[in-house]
Amino acid sequence: MIYQDSKTLLEVRGLRATVNGIEILKGIDLTVRSGEIHAIMGTNGSGKSTLAKVLAGHNAYKVTGGSVTFEGGNLFDLEPEERARAGLFLAFQYPIEIPGVANSHFLRLAYNTVQAQRGKEELDPLEFEDFVREKMKLLEMNPDFLDRGVNEGFSGGEKKRNEILQMALLEPRLAILDETDSGLDIDALKSVTNGVNQLTNKDNATILVTHYQRLLNYIVPDYVHVMESGRIIKTGGKELALELETRGYDWVSVEQRTAARV
Amino acid sequence: MSLSMVTGSSYLESLLQGQPQLPSSPLAWLNQLRADAVERASTLKVPTTRDEEWRFTDISPLSNLSFQPVRAESSLSIADAEKFYLEEAAIRLVFVDGVYAPQLSGQPHGTKDVGLVVTNLSEAVAAHAAAIEPHLGRYAGFQDNVFAALNTAFLHDGALILVPRSVVVEKPVHLLFIATQKEVASHPRCLLIAESGSAVTIVEDYVSLQEDAYVTNAVTEIALADNAQVDHIRVQRDSNEAFHIANCAVSLAHASRYRSVSVALGARISRYNLNTLLAAEGAECAIDGLALITGRQLADTHTCIDHAKPHGTSTQSHKCIVDGAAHAVFNGKIVVRPDAQRTDSSQSSRNLLLNAKARVDTKPQLEIFADDVKCAHGATVGQLDNEEVFYLKSRGLSEITARNLLTYAFGAEIIDRISIASLKHRLEQTVLEQTQRN
Repeated sequence: MIYQDSKTLLEVRGLRATVNGIEILKGIDLTVRSGEIHAIMGTNGSGKSTLAKVLAGHNAYKVTGGSVTFEGGNLFDLEPEERARAGLFLAFQYPIEIPGVANSHFLRLAYNTVQAQRGKEELDPLEFEDFVREKMKLLEMNPDFLDRGVNEGFSGGEKKRNEILQMALLEPRLAILDETDSGLDIDALKSVTNGVNQLTNKDNATILVTHYQRLLNYIVPDYVHVMESGRIIKTGGKELALELETRGYDWVSVEQRTAARV
Repeated sequence: MSLSMVTGSSYLESLLQGQPQLPSSPLAWLNQLRADAVERASTLKVPTTRDEEWRFTDISPLSNLSFQPVRAESSLSIADAEKFYLEEAAIRLVFVDGVYAPQLSGQPHGTKDVGLVVTNLSEAVAAHAAAIEPHLGRYAGFQDNVFAALNTAFLHDGALILVPRSVVVEKPVHLLFIATQKEVASHPRCLLIAESGSAVTIVEDYVSLQEDAYVTNAVTEIALADNAQVDHIRVQRDSNEAFHIANCAVSLAHASRYRSVSVALGARISRYNLNTLLAAEGAECAIDGLALITGRQLADTHTCIDHAKPHGTSTQSHKCIVDGAAHAVFNGKIVVRPDAQRTDSSQSSRNLLLNAKARVDTKPQLEIFADDVKCAHGATVGQLDNEEVFYLKSRGLSEITARNLLTYAFGAEIIDRISIASLKHRLEQTVLEQTQRN
């Protein structure tokens, strides 16, 4: 939702980044204010997942130009864990399985780390158990998943639920959801998106990175950006997503090239 | 070459000293078995790194020291021993320096299981000779195995577990081997006979009260009849100066299931051979292992899963966490014989090196002679996965916390498969202590 009195959370200016020496991001500009939901769409290889990873601080990506300001500070001064503690969250496209670490232990460790950063109370295992079970109801998630290894043997839908559960626990200012709809059946998609919708408010913001318009039927964006070849080539409202759904991506790049020639 | 032969055999001669003093058994076949083993041992050589099976494991430090058979009986008190007890165990047999210690053994939880026999072999031999004879010495062959030959030469006492037909033993049986004396050689022997439809969990547990050099040379034989189920947990936490050599041979009959988790933490040099024969249709085994070593330790695990008959299933996950200048070796052989159609087998060897000086040699070895089979295997050696570290950091965990957690998890994945809570907890603590950095 676009609010009049919103604060700027994220300011991306001319961002360039490479992986293995190949430039993937070629000058990204993006402003995200509190309360807003942005969708970043584009074909495979357009650079949208790279943008998500660069913002979260993955060390395989090298920032070669531009700036990113997060809540007024230079994002690139922060290590990935400091970004997380400062309120930036990335829901992974492919959440990592960590057999041997109980999911409940991992969730509590992450929760307490962020709580400590915010000067808030940490929870012991018993307190946390009650707390996390409440949050799991939001996602219609079976409490049995607390006792399993982190994401170990979870189905695609269960992994994505677990990502959103982490979002619910960490209460980020800015959540970036990378292809959260991929691999979800319709029931899982409904409960995951319902969870996300309950977590969005006028103080936080969400960036949805997605290939398909389907997700945007459930989480309605305020802005839709189309990425191609490492740039945002078009920005519009939620109706742009519907147009992409019926017309595909090609017309956007044709339109952009035509405009560039003028 | 000739020099090593000479030192090899004189060394074995010295190891065989004391064997003639063993009391002879009333059973002729047992005396014959021992005599055959003595004869075989005196013709075999101590293996060197020139032997393919011992390529990476140089046991010359073992043959440079002289070890005597245990002479004095240890007067170990319950107070010294009880810290190793498992609260869940139904029955505990304790051996001190290889010698059965009745005063430390017992039935903490008793057992209502009709006919279950858990006792020391020398006592059992008279009463259960007919049950023992078809199994003892039948699986752990000593023709080409000098350590199995030595163990059999000294075969006098040991643990016998006899689970009668259809008896399901709910609580685990704990076989506890405590080392208290230095420079001695002990030859623990275990025989587990699981009759048809029975089920049992055994813990074979090697511990030490001292940090000196000694030799443990163990042999365990496990026979599963039709539909029997055996869970075998093996923990080797010998002294870091000790030598631990062990041979375990398992034979699986129709639709039986053998599951094993073996954990190697101790010993200067350890070598564990686990040979599993799926001798009849529909047998199933799951064999998991973890070696967690540091300093100048060497832990060598050689396993062989032999699919002899159709419809067998085997899964294996072996992991090593190697720190310091330690060296881990894994050789995992899987044989699928021509008759073993519809075999389903998977093996993985994963290794984590925590130090630039740490080393691992891993060798999956598949010998497949049947055409309708599914065999998957894979091996990895390396440091922690960058994507896993990033995932945890993206949730606010510091680099060091993330790395500690992942290293712990790497080992805990195997420990988690142990069904006994107190043992699992203890081993988890050990993994935690050995893997965490500041």
